[in-house]
Amino acid sequence: MANTNETIAARLEERFTSKLERVPSSCGELTFIVKPQDLLEVAVALRDEDDFSFEQLIDVCGVDYLEFGQDEWTTHSATDTGFSRGVERQPVILDEADEFSAERFAVVYHLLSLQHNRRLRLRVYTGKNNPPIIPSVNDVWNSANWFEREAFDLYGVLFDGHPDLRRILTDYGFIGHPFRKDFPISGNVEVHYDAEKGRVAYKAVSIEARTLVPKVIRDDNRYSVDLKDTTDNG
Amino acid sequence: MAEIQNFTMNFGPQHPAAHGVLRLVLEMDGEVIQKADPHVGLLHRATEKLAETKPYNQSVGYMDRLDYVSMMCNEHGYVLAIEKLLGVSVPLRAQYIRVMFDEITRVLNHLMWLGAHGLDIGAMTMFLYCFREREDLMDCYEAVSGTRMHATYYRPGGVYRDLPDSMPKYQTSKWRSEKEISKLNRIREGSLLDFIEAFTDKFPGCVDQYETLLTDNRIWKQRTVNIAVVSPERAMQLGFTGPMLRGSGIEWDLRKKQPYEVYSQMDFDIPVGVNGDCYDRYLVRVEEMRQSNRIIQQCVAWLRENAGPVMVDDHKVVAPTRLEMKDDMESLIHHFKLFTEGYCVPEGEAYAAIEHPKGEFGVYLISDGANKPYRVKIRAPGFAHLSAMSEMVEGHMLSDVVAVIGTQDIVFGEVDR
Repeated sequence: MANTNETIAARLEERFTSKLERVPSSCGELTFIVKPQDLLEVAVALRDEDDFSFEQLIDVCGVDYLEFGQDEWTTHSATDTGFSRGVERQPVILDEADEFSAERFAVVYHLLSLQHNRRLRLRVYTGKNNPPIIPSVNDVWNSANWFEREAFDLYGVLFDGHPDLRRILTDYGFIGHPFRKDFPISGNVEVHYDAEKGRVAYKAVSIEARTLVPKVIRDDNRYSVDLKDTTDNG
Repeated sequence: MAEIQNFTMNFGPQHPAAHGVLRLVLEMDGEVIQKADPHVGLLHRATEKLAETKPYNQSVGYMDRLDYVSMMCNEHGYVLAIEKLLGVSVPLRAQYIRVMFDEITRVLNHLMWLGAHGLDIGAMTMFLYCFREREDLMDCYEAVSGTRMHATYYRPGGVYRDLPDSMPKYQTSKWRSEKEISKLNRIREGSLLDFIEAFTDKFPGCVDQYETLLTDNRIWKQRTVNIAVVSPERAMQLGFTGPMLRGSGIEWDLRKKQPYEVYSQMDFDIPVGVNGDCYDRYLVRVEEMRQSNRIIQQCVAWLRENAGPVMVDDHKVVAPTRLEMKDDMESLIHHFKLFTEGYCVPEGEAYAAIEHPKGEFGVYLISDGANKPYRVKIRAPGFAHLSAMSEMVEGHMLSDVVAVIGTQDIVFGEVDR
């Protein structure tokens, strides 16, 4: 697997030069970063050229990198100072800035070539735009239709050129994009039966969010790149 | 002449043939469908977001509840992704157990599909026949995990425990006499493997029974032949996987093409359709049940001969046994850490896909080095299939919508997630 990965990676880099940027992977998968403006061109070439022929778009998903690498317990300094057991839940602050940091939102595409039996992952960072917007690949692979609708619904990423960009998983009339990291896990509204109005109505949530297990990031030298035996089954 | 207009019709979400909570908005010209707009999300539980708030192992149980008719296959996709990131390799016996239960699950799923699909388009008896055999397979689930459906049996590093030496038995009640019970319990006297072997011996005969009812049945053919034809090119464009892709004539099966666990050791064939209609997809799935039966037999034979561990012996990932924990200080520490905090997974991303009964079930994991996943994306086969609904039903009659829902093998647990 590793060898074929290297050959295809070399071929991709030769064909697309600066349009693709390789991301190192620990488990033998191919990942490339594509700029939004190059996405359509790269997608068409990956589908149609015999060297690649990625006939299938298996998956499209959004990712929000807002809290990437942030833990709730400082495990390094804790040995000196100690820490309390509980985690204070920080109130969620909606990120309503005019601009996001450039690497906040990404859309990840998983491609599959049946002919060559090969997989490829593309990641597109949406840039600073608020709302984030990238071109739709729906015309290249029709399976993108619902996957892009889902990414729009959950992350608020817009897809330019999508024929029917509606919400798909959330309720009719839902407000917000629930999978963003600044959207609380308990949501913002709950439904109840309003006896006066004689119907089901929305109100602000009454439950308080709790953290049962804090998120910790621990250094584990078994996984460090220098010490890792590269011959094992990655 | 009277003016004729298209009209819009609502189908579901509460409709016996909607397989759960599908709402379809159909644009009709008389009884012919012009356009179908599926509204999904009524069963959306934000599984992926919930998984982001929990240590890795606590989400295994959520996976069962995605596609709730093929529970262990969902778990398999999730634990494979974790194992890929951790770089853990699973003991051989656990791999055989996983393959065996994947195939039991495939039969379980296809039986549910066949029964419901038959019921939807008029073959009532199928449902009763299929559930008769499903019951036995549920008992296998119960024997290894204690539950009939939501097993939480696969764990990162192996499976929760080894196969049991005895089967759960029926007890007498006011509805069942001693005599009936002893008849039911006769095949449950031995170990789980004995029970499974007895099942695999009789199962091909059961499939023959289903086929005598359906395969040459004139009504069945009228309802399925040439309904919702999908060409191979369109099937690839629309992201079809599994039996939906094979029904259109493309020989693609992850068990053969990108083998995981011990599928490369197994001897089985991949059925492929010719016309890409509902009838071909029916034939493909029925043949898959026979092939799964073969794989189960091979696994049983291997598992009888070869004992061994079913979990990785690495207490940074897998909890020590209760006995060790009571006895040994270090094991106690490991146990405490694993159950209060979980294990940290190295930073990186991985995509693991398995050949789920419905198609390619993939789990995309992003880890930032924490004890919880940073992002989990579940690639559900049914989601891609349902998105092609409009194309598949266009130009067909209203009654064919039900046949298409059936042939797609839709389960809303995984579509809505």
